[in-house]
Amino acid sequence: MDDFKSGSNLEKVLKAGHFALTGECGPPRGANVAHLKEKFGHLKGMVDAVNLTDNQTAVVRLSSWAASAIMVQEGLEPNFQMVCRDRNRLAMQSDILGVYSLGVRNMLCLSGDHQKFGNHPQAKNVYDIDSMQLISLVRKMRDEGQFFNGEPIDESPKLFIGAAANPFAEPFDFRVYRLAKKIAAGADFIQTQCIYNMDRFRKFMSQAVDMGLTEKCFILAGVTPMKTVGMANYMAKSVPGMDVPESLIKRLKGAEKGKVAEEGIRFCLEQIEEFKTMKGVAGVHLMAIEWEHRVPEIAERAGLLPRPVMAAGLEVNK
Amino acid sequence: MSEVYEPTLIAFCCKYCAYAAADLAGSMRLSYPSNVKITQVPCTGRVDIIHLLKAIENSADGVYVAGCMEGDCHFVSGNLKARKRVEYVKKTLTELGIEPERVEMFNLSSAMGPRFAEIAIDMTDRIKKLGPSPVKRGDT
Amino acid sequence: MIVADRKPLNEILDMVKRCNRILVVGCKGCVTVCNVGGLKEVQILATSLKIARKIGGFPLVVDEMVLERQCDTEYIAIIKETVTDYDAVVSMACGVGPQFLSEAYPEQKFYPAVNTTFFGGAVSHGIWEERCAGCGTCVIHYFDGLCPVARCSKSLLNGPCGGSDHGKCEISREVDCIWDKIVRKKVEQGRLDDLLDVVPAKNWQSARDGGPRRSRREELIQNG
Repeated sequence: MDDFKSGSNLEKVLKAGHFALTGECGPPRGANVAHLKEKFGHLKGMVDAVNLTDNQTAVVRLSSWAASAIMVQEGLEPNFQMVCRDRNRLAMQSDILGVYSLGVRNMLCLSGDHQKFGNHPQAKNVYDIDSMQLISLVRKMRDEGQFFNGEPIDESPKLFIGAAANPFAEPFDFRVYRLAKKIAAGADFIQTQCIYNMDRFRKFMSQAVDMGLTEKCFILAGVTPMKTVGMANYMAKSVPGMDVPESLIKRLKGAEKGKVAEEGIRFCLEQIEEFKTMKGVAGVHLMAIEWEHRVPEIAERAGLLPRPVMAAGLEVNK
Repeated sequence: MSEVYEPTLIAFCCKYCAYAAADLAGSMRLSYPSNVKITQVPCTGRVDIIHLLKAIENSADGVYVAGCMEGDCHFVSGNLKARKRVEYVKKTLTELGIEPERVEMFNLSSAMGPRFAEIAIDMTDRIKKLGPSPVKRGDT
Repeated sequence: MIVADRKPLNEILDMVKRCNRILVVGCKGCVTVCNVGGLKEVQILATSLKIARKIGGFPLVVDEMVLERQCDTEYIAIIKETVTDYDAVVSMACGVGPQFLSEAYPEQKFYPAVNTTFFGGAVSHGIWEERCAGCGTCVIHYFDGLCPVARCSKSLLNGPCGGSDHGKCEISREVDCIWDKIVRKKVEQGRLDDLLDVVPAKNWQSARDGGPRRSRREELIQNG
């Protein structure tokens, strides 16, 4: 991991050995750019890069590439998300070239939630390629300077390639192998699903360390502070692949009236504290859903501020 | 057309239970409406969807299937199959704009002569309240 | 087999609303096996249509017939003499049937009475499940006889995704996660290594994406 693959701020932070912090932002369900910029404002200087979700939960939103481009203009670093649900390999490659030309340097490759969950369940899905193949596609474009079909690209997109991992979904024993596959396919960094079950995560990480995966890839531990008991119950019962232990729900229930959110943040801070010293964990991915304005406070209390300023900053393509 | 409306009902009766119960009702001198035309079947499992629909098509005002008590079918599950077919026909009738109550499934044993008479009376009453089948009305 | 479901009666009634005389024609192939378009179902549909039209005061004459197969010109020829005796013909075969009939008898109108759903089989009496997507390049030998193209909601070749939940798919608790089954089977058989390499992207040209397909078997083609 000597030369920079993309020169993104996130890549530089991670390679310099800093404990990284990434945020997340959902583009609006409309063209309200002013509101989007307001959300960016909360995150500026607080995180190393910000994920921009791609029609998350299969609900139509302002496109992740456009939101990423706006973010570049606003002086923050986007982590452009792309799902396999909505695009075939032609659209994927042209959008990859497109975002790169607009200054995007990080990209997260995902399968995407099935459209059944979203607001257009009547839609035809694509799934031409899967997230694993998408990772190898981006790597091929970057490292081999070739399109997926092997034809040369005149100027290839240099992107820092991310992927997701869910240590909690079944079958549990296979999850670390799937992580290994993503790394073999070309993932430079991993952002995990929201972690609540620390025991399971510790086990997952020790497996990943034993397999040497953390030498090849940066793993950012995913956290989402619980705002309410209702949110915890919902995540425990209704979100597939989410593991919320009963002990956490009890703890939130035990909080004083009006202090549940504070208890949720405290749990999150304890997690971050443990991640800082957990072997193989290179940073935290903070998904504060519709809570962007609390990110500065959480980052501050977690002792993650100020964020490192890397030399040369963001290299925007001419 | 001023005469009193007398509906026609078709009852598919299993020979092991309902048909025997009809016999018993007869020997007990229990009266039940003559509107009910009884068809003996070896098991209600023999009654198919098409038999019930044909009865409706041919202007029966009501149709019912009377089989053994659940768990007592001589052919293990004929009466359970019959019940599902009755349910299917109810759904079809609903789709066609006919009251699904015109078709019904009953379970009884051969010893239940009075119950047989009661079912015949109740079904005849029910159909009288519903009036002539819309199929019949379309005929005129 | 090809699995289908009967269309709602109102939809079929609407198709034939101007007809006085129709033929309902079933098929002894797949739709007989999946209890949707065989002799029994032809009778039920014909009778149901007649009942509806009697109620409407516009009776419909319905003849019934079941062909050996509707996807075979040889068997379709059987109705040659009578096909024009009707205002329309309602086919209870899969989507292939009414099309073969339309092509053979361009002067007649053919309506579908069923919605063709998938290639599958009966997992128990009255329940059918999809097994094949007809993608044109079978890969199930890589996955111990289980097809992720047809049976994973996202057709992932490198699953399972994060939505796999206790053996069920994220889209519904009624749907098995096929990747959960594939992984478990490989683990049981001690062949998990098979799943460690990244499966390359699929070539969809052999699937419907490559355009309508045609199969040609030279040894069977008769000259002339």
